[in-house]
Amino acid sequence: MNARDAILGALRAAGATPVEAPAHPAPVPQGEPVARFLESVKAVGGSPYRVPDAAGLAAGLAALPAWSAPRRASLVPGVPGTVDLAAVTDPHQLADLDVAAIPGELGVAENGAVWVKGESLGPHRAVFVIPEHLVLVVSAADVVHDMQAAYGRLTLPRPGYGLFISGPSKTADIEQSLVIGAHGARSCAVFVVG
Amino acid sequence: MIHFHPEKARAFAQDDARAHWHDKALWFVRVKRDRGAATVPEWERLREAAAGIKAHTLSRLAGYLEEFERNATANGMQVHWARDGEEHNRIVHGILERHGVTRMVKSKSMLTEECHLNPYLEARGIEVVDTDLGERIVQLAGEPPSHIVMPAIHRKKEEIGELFHEKLGTPAGLSDPTLLTEKARQHLREKFLGAQAGLTGVNFAIAETGGFVVVTNEGNADMGTTLPPVHVASMGIEKVIPRLADLGVFTRLLARSATGQPVSSYTTHFHAPLPGGELHVVIVDNGRSRMLADAHRRQALGCIRCGACLNTCPVYRRSGGYSYSYLIPGPIGSVLGGHRDLRGHASLPFASSLCGSCTDVCPVKVDLHHQLLVLRQEAGEQGLVPLGKRMGMKAASFAMARPGLFRAGGRMARWLLWAAPGLARIGPAGAWLRGRELPVPPRESFAELYDRETAGSGEDRS
Repeated sequence: MNARDAILGALRAAGATPVEAPAHPAPVPQGEPVARFLESVKAVGGSPYRVPDAAGLAAGLAALPAWSAPRRASLVPGVPGTVDLAAVTDPHQLADLDVAAIPGELGVAENGAVWVKGESLGPHRAVFVIPEHLVLVVSAADVVHDMQAAYGRLTLPRPGYGLFISGPSKTADIEQSLVIGAHGARSCAVFVVG
Repeated sequence: MIHFHPEKARAFAQDDARAHWHDKALWFVRVKRDRGAATVPEWERLREAAAGIKAHTLSRLAGYLEEFERNATANGMQVHWARDGEEHNRIVHGILERHGVTRMVKSKSMLTEECHLNPYLEARGIEVVDTDLGERIVQLAGEPPSHIVMPAIHRKKEEIGELFHEKLGTPAGLSDPTLLTEKARQHLREKFLGAQAGLTGVNFAIAETGGFVVVTNEGNADMGTTLPPVHVASMGIEKVIPRLADLGVFTRLLARSATGQPVSSYTTHFHAPLPGGELHVVIVDNGRSRMLADAHRRQALGCIRCGACLNTCPVYRRSGGYSYSYLIPGPIGSVLGGHRDLRGHASLPFASSLCGSCTDVCPVKVDLHHQLLVLRQEAGEQGLVPLGKRMGMKAASFAMARPGLFRAGGRMARWLLWAAPGLARIGPAGAWLRGRELPVPPRESFAELYDRETAGSGEDRS
């Protein structure tokens, strides 16, 4: 018998009594989502910014020290970068990328997480984790209260890819001391537009 | 193995300052967990739902695994099945060999520890680099992880500085966590860029969508799966959940329970290989289906490996991860190890005060302390309890079944402890007094006090 049939056979033979799936509890909304989202981004080590529109975003980026670095990739419509990701044939060539700006589909108020769908990463998935710094852009209208609401709304085409990013890369593996910038981005600026 | 935990714990506790430091470090995480949980008004209902989803899934696991396999295959992944650790290792090695892989970067996976994957691959000429900072530290030190979420929690920063000096050539005397982390970042970045394959664990596999989720704070799983073209994901059969929406429940519980964070930094959903790459999922049984066959043991398969039961456990905090004979320490490890091989881990059900704190913090409501109690009973039935403890239990049960004897014994003990307290330190029972002061014995027993207080009130003890 092959492993698959052996395992599935053993599980069926276990004859567990069927248990009904429970309903998920309805979350209690807490506060105004955008304000809470901005607070949460800060709490997870990110830098939150609220801008009214595309012009505000451009001005915000211009003032952001991380965005003044020479090798910038942008996947945000209307925001120019200096590195053409389409011309990069191998993600290893992104090793010296300074900063990437990536559009988020949703923001989550309870934890500062931003849902980034695979298509928003362009030709190379590594673009969110390999640069020194990260900029995420999300529309104020797309901020939801909690993860349960987020899973109700996010798009995840199949086959596909997507992730929640909550602040910069971090670790507390040495004596529980929080250190920002473990393997991925050393800083994470989050712009809420609108 | 019946003396394993007490002996190792005694050695750990010998260094009083370190034992206290360890205790405090873990308690700090437990307090953060409490604060995180308190921010969610529906926390208890989320725990109920998580426990219910797990119980539901485990009750029809074969169906959900088949659904996962079908959808994952449609998403372009290759699904493999392994009955045990050896078969898992063979499959992983086969994939790596086909691609001529000489270096694989790995993010945290307790399953690969369970299967002893690293030595298997290293013996076949493949360099395996653990990339979680804590895991890299213990790998360089040649040790197993001492905690499932914070693998190097037992090591002091000065020791890590020394280790990095010796193994990575960093300057001697470094002890600043920021500096040490930066050195590890540079060292591991080279490894990431030079690896031909990446391996991750699986936090949750989704039957409905045929994808899976990997959660990290460091981004090491993401570095390891976005650069090399080959990704291998190892998952136990119990990792599957029915629907994408169920992640709404689990992601709200996991990080808060583990570290008190509202969510981990990266929660990555894989539903396709890298363009032009390969994504292999290896589904491993290795004894889990046997556990599933028992209605009570089954519950322990709901564990989502947050580590909350370790952080809260007064025994784990004061005895350290290496005093446990199973690779997963703390209450959940004692339960899993005991269910797997009670003879091999006979001391673990007793490495607990049965205070029940583990059960109270468990996000999926595994009845850990009750499982430990059942394992104690099984150990007793199988003769896996040390002679002294066995005789003591026999004597206690003999006396407790005879009220007259029990009362007389109590009177004598109270008198003796008052007249000659030093006697209590002699013999095996004296272990209780190591590091503790003996309280002054009461003048009367509870029964005597009760009789006196209720005399004439019409109440009686029958």
